[in-house]
Amino acid sequence: MSNLIKLSNGVATIATDDWTLVKLPESQVEQRVQAGKVVLFKLTGEKTVTEEQIANTTIPASGNIIVPLSVFIARKDELKSRIQQNAIGVWLDTHEVLEHLVENQPDLNTLPIISVHVERFADGRIFSLGTLLRTRYGYKNELRAFGDVLRDQLFFLKRSGFTSYQIRADRSAQDALASLNDFSQPYQGAVDEPRPIFQRYNRGT
Amino acid sequence: MYKYDKLDQQIVDERVAQYRDQTRRYLAGELTDDEFRPLRLQNGLYIQRHAPMLRIAVPYGMLSSRQLRKLGDIAKRFDKGYGHFSTRQNCQLNWPKLEETPDILAELATVEMHAIQTSGNCIRNITTDQFAGIAPDEVIDPRAMAEILRQWSTFHPEFALLPRKFKIAVSGTQQDRAVVQMHDIGLEFYLDKNKKMAIKVWVGGGLGRTPILGSVIREHLEWQHALTYCEAIVRVYNLHGRRDNMFKARIKILVKALGIDEFRNQVEAEWLNLKDNPNTITEAELARVSKHFDTMPYENLSAHDAGFDNSIASNPAFAAWVKRCVHPHKQAGYRAVTLSLKPHGKAPGDATSEQMWVVADLADTYSFGELRVAHEQNLILADVKLGDLFALWEKARANGLATPNIGLLTDIICCPGGDFCSLANAKSIPIAEAIQMQFDNLDYLHDIGDIELNISGCMNACGHHHIGHIGILGVDKDGSEWYQVSIGGKQGNDASLGTVLGPSFSAEEMPTVVQRLIDVYVQERTPEERFIDTVRRLGLAPFKAYVYAKEEIAA
Repeated sequence: MSNLIKLSNGVATIATDDWTLVKLPESQVEQRVQAGKVVLFKLTGEKTVTEEQIANTTIPASGNIIVPLSVFIARKDELKSRIQQNAIGVWLDTHEVLEHLVENQPDLNTLPIISVHVERFADGRIFSLGTLLRTRYGYKNELRAFGDVLRDQLFFLKRSGFTSYQIRADRSAQDALASLNDFSQPYQGAVDEPRPIFQRYNRGT
Repeated sequence: MYKYDKLDQQIVDERVAQYRDQTRRYLAGELTDDEFRPLRLQNGLYIQRHAPMLRIAVPYGMLSSRQLRKLGDIAKRFDKGYGHFSTRQNCQLNWPKLEETPDILAELATVEMHAIQTSGNCIRNITTDQFAGIAPDEVIDPRAMAEILRQWSTFHPEFALLPRKFKIAVSGTQQDRAVVQMHDIGLEFYLDKNKKMAIKVWVGGGLGRTPILGSVIREHLEWQHALTYCEAIVRVYNLHGRRDNMFKARIKILVKALGIDEFRNQVEAEWLNLKDNPNTITEAELARVSKHFDTMPYENLSAHDAGFDNSIASNPAFAAWVKRCVHPHKQAGYRAVTLSLKPHGKAPGDATSEQMWVVADLADTYSFGELRVAHEQNLILADVKLGDLFALWEKARANGLATPNIGLLTDIICCPGGDFCSLANAKSIPIAEAIQMQFDNLDYLHDIGDIELNISGCMNACGHHHIGHIGILGVDKDGSEWYQVSIGGKQGNDASLGTVLGPSFSAEEMPTVVQRLIDVYVQERTPEERFIDTVRRLGLAPFKAYVYAKEEIAA
């Protein structure tokens, strides 16, 4: 049974997954420095993708697929016609740099889905990535979280612009649905409701 | 003070329900320890040495008598009949049962209280000056902005899981009492040249393992942009702060690594996209929240009170208390009063349920039913008439709340330490008690004068030892407890970090070590010179020489 929750017009349901996730082959290379925006500093030991991994990634010949950001950038020519048919989505890790996606795909909305992989549920970078995709880069299609996705983060994911959630396989998506509505009236403006509470209500004078 | 409307109440009630379900799932085995940890921490619940510890939020230190009474009730019903007031202006219970914490939170919600974000890697309780709203040197009462920031930071979805904890302090006085320079963000409110409220923004300060004073990221920010500017700062931190090593995960490490100029460039670039978004604070919202902090209905009193003057003249004990525990007030005929939670030989910052109830009654009788928690771990009645001080003193004294030691050596700032905290390397409370007993002579204490002594049981620095004039840090050496001593730290506008004297000491040596530091000061001081001034003038050398003069240590 599917463990995917989809939010559509504010209604969350368990949905079947129309997409196939394309994974990178395991890397033989040591982890090394991730050169992000903070090149000199960010010695966080996160994986960077090697050229070998990119070349060895098996891309299915047909169907709707979500490819790793690094593969999308390096092998875009192979995917060109399928991108035009809206059959290609992109996924990225929380430590990857959004600007790399935007530079390579100025019109993000040709991608029917962007998916963010969260390795550990306590990694809150995913919330900033969602917020930036929605507010800075104007992304309008499906935004999905997958990986270590648990129900107690769903409310924050929803508010940060995510519209689908691949709940970790050993947990019940059905149970998780309830947590999308943990709070009815949040204080601050965010992606799903840009107006803070003082703009939405007359709280008196 | 701020009163909840139904929207505020709904959020707190929904939080209780959410946390109750999380706890149920944990106890049922549906959540692992690792999965439950950030959830309980963001509700203030630590798993400690003997029992869980629950940290209850006291937003910017403000409490009503009704709330304090409830804290006393909760400590009686769910704990051992006392609570601990912390250096973050919060209240901690040391012995609650995990299964009962949802019920405690439900009780708190009935008096508009909670434990939201008192721990965990999120934006914590916002702190400020305990004399906010009444201090004569205050330029702007920062409490309305503190409340607006509290609401904004509560369950902020983008900043729910930061690399590490994040602390914001606000102040609006000439003499900083909120230690804005040692917070992740410090907001210093002032009136700009157009007489408009503006903010000087500090970033990247903090104590802990790597003590660093903050840097100014913006000299002038219009108040309307406080939330969006903080969003820009926290976003840069959320994306780029280290997550691989918790000891290098605070924003201060990022600011230091990038340099303040590069960090500023990134924040300003981010802010260009956020400026003027709907989170921009409106005049109407500021006015609405400010109403809750309107001036109290003061009587028109003369600046002098004959009865008060007589009591001072005739009662030296009362006079000594007034000298240390009574503070100036912007309103003629009124004073602020510190109720000392530092009686000699007791754990600093602890109050029993009975004391909380007494203080609640005192607040109702003498101070408009409100009080504050100071980051020095005392309780404050902010609006007391001069003519009421004597009666207040008698009642406070009868309940162990009138030790006239505020600002003196025995007004020790101290974390719970190894007796309670599982992070601690060493005990801190017994050291505080031993020092208090060593100096248990009020005349001598008054002669020593203004001095701050801070004790932390580990480098997480909850006792703020880096900014104590004398700072004591518990360290672990081969499994036994030792104490490293530093001098020359200071809070305030001219904040500084202390310098370590040398090799650490055993617990038994500590009263003598402090005694020797004081001896050097008393011998070397010029008239009117405080301990910190003498240290700054002479440097470490004479203190170090005498403290380590081994042959005389028996003296």
